[in-house]
Parts: sequence; structure tokens; C-alpha cells
Amino acid sequence: MTTLARLQNVSRRFGDVLAVDDVSLDIDSGTILGLLGPNGAGKTTLISLLEGLRRPSSGTVELFGGSPRDHRTRQALGSTPQETALPATLRVGEVIDFVGRHFDAPMTTDAVAGEFGLGDVLKRQTGSLSGGQKRRLSVALAFVGRPKLVLLDEPTTGLDVDARRTLWDALRCQHENGATVVVTSHYLEEIEALAQRVVVMGHGRVIADDTLPAVLDRVALRQVRLSTPEPGRIAALPGVASQEASDDGTTTFYVQDSDALIVDLVRAGIRFAGLTVRGATLEEAFLTLTAHDELEVVR
Amino acid sequence: MSTAGLTLLHAKYNLLETSRVPVALIGSLVFPSLALLFFVVPQRTVADNALFATQAVISLSVFAVMSNSLFSFGLTISENREKPWDPYLRTLPAPGTARVLAQVLSTGTMGVAAIIPVAVIGGLFTAAEASPFRIVAGFVALAVSSLPFMFIGIGIGYALSSKAAIAVVQIVMFALAFTGGLFLPPMLFADWLDTLSRFLPSREARELVIWAVQGGTLEPWTWIGILAWIAATFALALVLFRRDEGRRYR
Repeated sequence: MTTLARLQNVSRRFGDVLAVDDVSLDIDSGTILGLLGPNGAGKTTLISLLEGLRRPSSGTVELFGGSPRDHRTRQALGSTPQETALPATLRVGEVIDFVGRHFDAPMTTDAVAGEFGLGDVLKRQTGSLSGGQKRRLSVALAFVGRPKLVLLDEPTTGLDVDARRTLWDALRCQHENGATVVVTSHYLEEIEALAQRVVVMGHGRVIADDTLPAVLDRVALRQVRLSTPEPGRIAALPGVASQEASDDGTTTFYVQDSDALIVDLVRAGIRFAGLTVRGATLEEAFLTLTAHDELEVVR
Repeated sequence: MSTAGLTLLHAKYNLLETSRVPVALIGSLVFPSLALLFFVVPQRTVADNALFATQAVISLSVFAVMSNSLFSFGLTISENREKPWDPYLRTLPAPGTARVLAQVLSTGTMGVAAIIPVAVIGGLFTAAEASPFRIVAGFVALAVSSLPFMFIGIGIGYALSSKAAIAVVQIVMFALAFTGGLFLPPMLFADWLDTLSRFLPSREARELVIWAVQGGTLEPWTWIGILAWIAATFALALVLFRRDEGRRYR
């Protein structure tokens, strides 16, 4: 296992906005790393720093031991165009060929087309492709040069379930052939299907960096909502990640194990009323993790 | 692949993309010929005098190549930067030099090619004259002296958004065209303007092409100036390309 890319105390500022805030991260060969976070968490900026598209405001970004701003370093890097932007008048085969010729040992156009299900559309202009086909071509372009490291920024946004699964299969196949993949997403489902290691970002910072099961445990929170005169005592119970008071007098607690909390609640003899329990959405789980993180920083 | 190979690769695909929408070429290919037909051919005092007609055809050719360079490069590049395909190309292992030179090869070749009909019309409908060898020499001089304009266009494209680029290109183009003696011949200039104009790439381009076509002496300030402008504007274009990080919003 070798380290393919390394970020050390990297920050990137756009005017007043700190898009990436003091991030340190090693990307090792052989894994699929999922970069998970809500919109605006800094995922895309992080990817663009690794691609050499942007320079960090402070800190260092290293790719294969060199600078990603140097074109020679990027010989072993694969990435995709964003928002399925392809030159509309060029044919699919031409685009694959054009990208492949930048690399020392590219895959043949036919092999790429076969693997990503583009064999039937090689002669079509990219402007005539469906959304799913454009996505598949975009992702395929990242693998044309047989890269050591592939960066995929939201590769399946806007795809239906079938198209998404087809693309996931193609990605897993590429990973088995030796590519290390970094994939960003705001779908937990996608990260669950692909990633072995998960980095959760929020407000430009790394909130969690762990194996998939460990992160799933942290983000798979439940919401317990009730009204009580003693919210402080409940918050002190084990397993409570955070709490949030509403205007209607109820308080919402985020916990990993809601059953255990309720047992504890009853045993402790805390008065409560109007109890409801439901699963937290990924967005809520993120917010909780983020809030938690901020508290730790304040302390 | 080598930088030269990548330059040719990018140039080829630039041309391929453009050729798929042939109508887009009409503007740059037909405009110089129309300008000659409207502005020079009807003025018989100019058109019937071999010396004046030849110089008028040359001035117009320099102007056409210059405006094509500034507009095509400035606008195309600034527009492309706003689309996500361009940032993607930057992630490929190709050096900035190859990208910039590929644009010069593809767009520049078409700009110079647009002058062929101008030479033909000039030869047929005016008293302009030159031997075939002189005409070829003129095209070479035109190609060389248009490099600074292309690099200025590239610089504008990478420095500004497309809306700002239109405005800046227009101002730069008219200022250079007038002070370079492309609208009014420099012999009508006041002394101070004549002196100033010798430091500008448009004036130097005009003199270089006239020298290539009509002979005479080439003043050192002409070729020294052109070489200096090529070096300076190429360096500027490269710096702006490298500095660029796509569209900036605040």
C-alpha cells in the first residue's frame, strides 16, 4: 500500500468563504474512498485541488509525490468533466480517442466502450446522448488512461436507479483491476454501495474519517422527540449525540440507539410526554455530526 | 506524448469541433473579403493606383487577421472557460504551452486562410499587384506578425469573463487598428502619433507585410518590435493561462 495523494493542513478560501478548512488527508492505493457530505461541504473544492485545477490558499497538496499543477504528475490521474459537459459536436469515439492520446498506455477505444456500455453509440455526436449515456461517457473518460488514482465528483447525480447500478458495477470492475478511486456523493446509498473508507466533510472540514461500518454507525442516528422539564438530564444520558429545542416546547435528541435511551429515560425517572421516535435523514445526521464537531472545537 | 504532439492533437480536435458547425466559419472567412469589396474596390482613386491599392489590400488583411485573432481567441476562450469541459481538459496531462499553441494553430490558420479570397479579390478588382513569390512572402509575414494579436486575444480570454472580453477586445482592436495605420495610412499621421505608432504591433505588422510584398527597406524597429511583442505577449498568455482557475464568482 502506498500513499497516492496527501493533503497537509490544506485550506482554500474564495473571498470570504472558507471552502476547505485545514484538511489533512492521505489517500492510499487500493481502496475506494467515499467523500460524503452535504452540498457546500467542500467536496468539489477538495477534488479540484487534487486535480491541480486550483491552488490551496495554504497547506500543501501532493499527488504521486509531486505537484498536481505539473502536467507530468497527472499522467496517472483520471478525472471526469463535471455536469456531463462534453463537446456536443464531437463523436463519442473521437472524445475517447482524444482523451486517451494524452496518456502513455491508454485503453483502446473499443475496450472503454465495451466496459461502460457505449459500444452502440461510438459514432454518435455527444450532444445526442441521453443523460445516462453522457454520465457513463464522462466516467469512462476517467479510466481511459489506465490511471492509478481516479477522482469522481458526484458521478451518478441525476441518474435513475438502473443507470446508477450499471455505473457502480463498472466502477467496481475498474477497482478490481487495480484503480484507486475517490468518489464524492451526497447519497449515503452510493457510498454504502462502493466505498471501503469514508471521509465525511462539513463546512470544509473533515468530520469523520473511518471504515464504512464505523461511519455508518455514526451517521445512522435516530431522532427521539418529547417534551420534558429536564432536557439537561436527558442530554447527559449515554448515547445522546446532540439535542435541539423547538418553539413548541418539545426537544429533539439524536441518539444511536433509541430503544436504549428510552429504557434509560424511564429508569432515571425523568418526566416526559409526547414521545415520538423516527430515523434521522442523512442530512440531519450530517448536521448533528457537524454541530458536534463545532462543540469540540469550541471546547 | 511530446508537447509538439499534444499541440497538434489539440489543434486537430479544435478544428474538428469547429468544422462540425461550418456556418460559424463564415463570419471569419467572408468578413475580410466583404470589407475589401465595400471599402476599397469602390474608391477608384485608391483602387486604380497600384501602390495605394496594394497597401490598402495589405492594411485590410492585417486588420482582418488582427480582429479575427482578438475576437476568436478572446471570446472563444473566455466562453469556454465558463463551460465545464475546459476545466476537465486542464486535468489531463497536457502542458499549458500545448493548449495555447494549439489554439494558435487552429484558429490562427483559419484567420490567415480568410485572407486568400482577399488577395484574389484585390488582384482581380483593383490595381494591386505582386508576384506569386511576393504574395507567399506576404502571407508568411502576415502569419508571423499576427502572433502578438493572438497572444493578446488569448490573454484577454483567460483574464476576463466573456462579457467583459467583448468590450475590451473591441477597444483594443479599434485602438490598435487606428494607431497602427490600418484605417488611415501613417503618412497622414501627426509626428507624435507616427512615433507612437512605431511601438505598436499593428503598425509593425503593417510595415512587415508591406515590406514582404512590395520590397524596400525594412526598418529595424519593425522586426525588433514584432519579436519583442511576440515574446512579451506569449509570456503573458502563458502566465494568464496558468493563473486561471476557471470562472470566478464573488
